[in-house]
Amino acid sequence: MDKLNKKILIEFIIPIFAVLLALIFSDILILIYKESPLKIYKLLLEGTIFNSYGIGQVIFKTTPLIFSGLAVAFAFRTGLFNIGGEGQLYMGTFVTAVIGAYLPDSIPRFLAVILCLLGGFLAGGLIGFIPGFLKAKTGSHEVINTIMLNFIVLAFINYLLVTYFRVPETLHTKEIISNAHLARLSEFIPALDSTYASLAFVIAILTAIVVYVILWKTKFGYELRAVGHNPEAAATAGINVKKCIMMSMAISGGLAGLIGLNYVLGDKYYFEEGFSSGLGFMGIAVALLGRNHPLGVVIAAFLFGVLSEGGLVINAVVPKELVDILQAIVIICVVASTTEVRKILARGK
Amino acid sequence: MAILNGIFSLAFLIQLIRISVPYVLAAMGGVFSERSGVTNIALEGIILNGAFGSVLGTYLTGSPLYGALAGVIAGMLTALLHAVISIRFRADQIISGVAINLLSVGLTKFFLKIFFDSSSNSSRVEGIKVFQILPPGNGFSDMINQLVGNPMIMLTLFIVVFSHIIIFKTVFGLRLRAVGEHPEAADTLGIRVNVMRYVCVIISGALAGLAGVWLGLDQHQFTDGMSNGRGFIAIAAVIFGKWNPYGAALACLLFGGSEALQITLQSSGSNIPTQFIQMIPYLLTMIALAGFIGKSTSPAALGKAYDED
Repeated sequence: MDKLNKKILIEFIIPIFAVLLALIFSDILILIYKESPLKIYKLLLEGTIFNSYGIGQVIFKTTPLIFSGLAVAFAFRTGLFNIGGEGQLYMGTFVTAVIGAYLPDSIPRFLAVILCLLGGFLAGGLIGFIPGFLKAKTGSHEVINTIMLNFIVLAFINYLLVTYFRVPETLHTKEIISNAHLARLSEFIPALDSTYASLAFVIAILTAIVVYVILWKTKFGYELRAVGHNPEAAATAGINVKKCIMMSMAISGGLAGLIGLNYVLGDKYYFEEGFSSGLGFMGIAVALLGRNHPLGVVIAAFLFGVLSEGGLVINAVVPKELVDILQAIVIICVVASTTEVRKILARGK
Repeated sequence: MAILNGIFSLAFLIQLIRISVPYVLAAMGGVFSERSGVTNIALEGIILNGAFGSVLGTYLTGSPLYGALAGVIAGMLTALLHAVISIRFRADQIISGVAINLLSVGLTKFFLKIFFDSSSNSSRVEGIKVFQILPPGNGFSDMINQLVGNPMIMLTLFIVVFSHIIIFKTVFGLRLRAVGEHPEAADTLGIRVNVMRYVCVIISGALAGLAGVWLGLDQHQFTDGMSNGRGFIAIAAVIFGKWNPYGAALACLLFGGSEALQITLQSSGSNIPTQFIQMIPYLLTMIALAGFIGKSTSPAALGKAYDED
C-alpha cells in the first residue's frame, strides 16, 4: 500500500470504527432500558435531520462545537493539549456580552458584531496565552495549568458577574444592544423558522476555513505544525519553538472564546452563568473524531450536533444521557484504536 | 472578630477535616497511579462512580458496609477501564481520563433514571455509623466522637500512613517508583512494568472510589454530579504535595481549609469576596508547577505508555 492510501485509511477507518462500536454499546444500553434500538435511532433521525425545524436546531447545536473543536485541534497541531476550553469560553463569552451590552446604540451593526467578536477572541486568547507562556518559560505542563485556570476563571467571572454586571436578582448580564444581534438564518431561509440557528454558524464555517489556511498555507502555520511534529527538530531548523507554543495556545484560547457567540449574539442576547455545561470539553471529542483537521472538525461537530439535539428528541422514551455516554465511547474508541491501527498498518509494510 | 472566632473553633476544625477526607483519599489514589507513570485525570469520574456505587449498593442490600464495598468496586472497575485504554492500548492518558469523566457523568445519570426514576438524586440511604467514644456533652468530647468515632476518618488517616510506608519502605514501592521514573531500566531488572502499572491504577481506583463512598454515604444519597471537581482538586494536591503521600495529604488539608474558610466567611456575612479564596488551591498549584515555591517535578515517565515488545 502506498503512503497516501495508508494515511487516508487511518483518517477514515478509525472514526467510522469508533462510531460503529459506540452504536453497539448504546444498543446494549437501550436494550437494558427495555426499548428497541431501531425505534430510538429512527426517532432520533426523524426529529433532527429529516425535518426543517430539526435541521435548524442541529445547526444551532453544531455552531459552538465547531469553535470548540477548532480550538482543541489548533493546539493539538502544535503538540499542545488545550483542556481549558471551558475557562476560555467563559471569559470570551462574558467579554462578548459585556461589550455588546455597553456599546452605544447608534453604532453600525457590522462594527458592533466585529467588536464583540474581537473582544471574545482576545479575552479567550488571554486565558489561553497564560498556560502557553508558563509552558514556554517554565516548562510546566499546559494540561494541569489549563484545568486549574478553568476553576480560577469560573470563580473570577462569578465575582465580576455578581458584584458588577448582573441584572439584580438574576445570574445574567443585561441584554446586548440590538445592533449587536446576529441575524437568524430563518431571515434568509424561511424553512428554518423558529429555530435558533443564526449567522454564527456562517462565522464558524468561515473560521474553519481561516484555520485551514493558517495551518497549511502560511509559513507561520508550517512552523506550528513542525513544532507539533518534533519540537527538537523544529528548534534545530531555526524555528522559535517558545514563540510557537505561546502563539498556538493564545489562538486556541481565542477560538474557544468564540464558543459562546451563538448563544450571546444569536440566541439569548446575554451571558448567563452555567450556560455552557461542558462545551469546552466536548471540543476534545470533536477534534479527536475530526482527526484535528478543520474539515473533519466541521463534520464531527455536525455529528455531535445531531446527537445533542437528538438527545432531547428521544428523551421522552430513553434518558437523553444516552447521548453523553455515546460521545464518551466514541472518544475512547478513537484514542484506543489509533495506536493499534498504526501498529497493524506498520506490520503490513 | 466574629470571623476569627469562627476560624479558631472546634467546629471549624471538624469541618476542615470532613471536607478534606474525600480529597485525601482521591489524592492517595492519584499518588499511586502517577508514581507508577500513569496520569489519572479520571479521578473525577472514579469518585462519581464510587459515590453512585455506594448509594446503589446500600439501597439494594440495606447495608452501608456492602454499599461501601460496591463503591470501591465501582471505582476499581472505572480505573481498570482507564488502565486498559492507557496501558494495553497505549492511548493518550489525558484523553482517556477526559473520556472516562464524561462517561461517568452519563452512566450515573442513566442508571439514576433506571433505579431511582429521577434525573437529579437517589432515594435516601443509611450512612456509616459513627461510634460514641466519649459521653456527649461538651465541645471536646463531641469533637472526639465526630473525628475518632468516625470509621471513615480513621481509615483515611491509616491509608495515608500506609501509602507512605508502601511507596517508600517496601520492595513493591521501590518497583512502583522505578516503573514511573525509568521503565526501561525497571524492565531490564525483570520488573513487569505494565503489570505494576495495572495494579497501581486499580489501587488508585479503589482509593478514589472510597472518596466517592464518603460523599455518597455521608450525604445519605447520590446527587447528579456530586464529585463536583474534587478529582481535580485531588490532582492539584498530588502536584502541590510533590507526589508524596504526606505532602499530598497536607495539601488536601490546606485546600480543605480554604474551602472551610469560604463557608465560614459566607455564613458570617463578611464582605470579603469568597471567589478569591475559592481560587487559592488552583493558583497555588500553578505557582508550584511553575517552580516559584520549590519546583514540583513529576515522575520522569509520567504519561508515557510503555511498549514491552
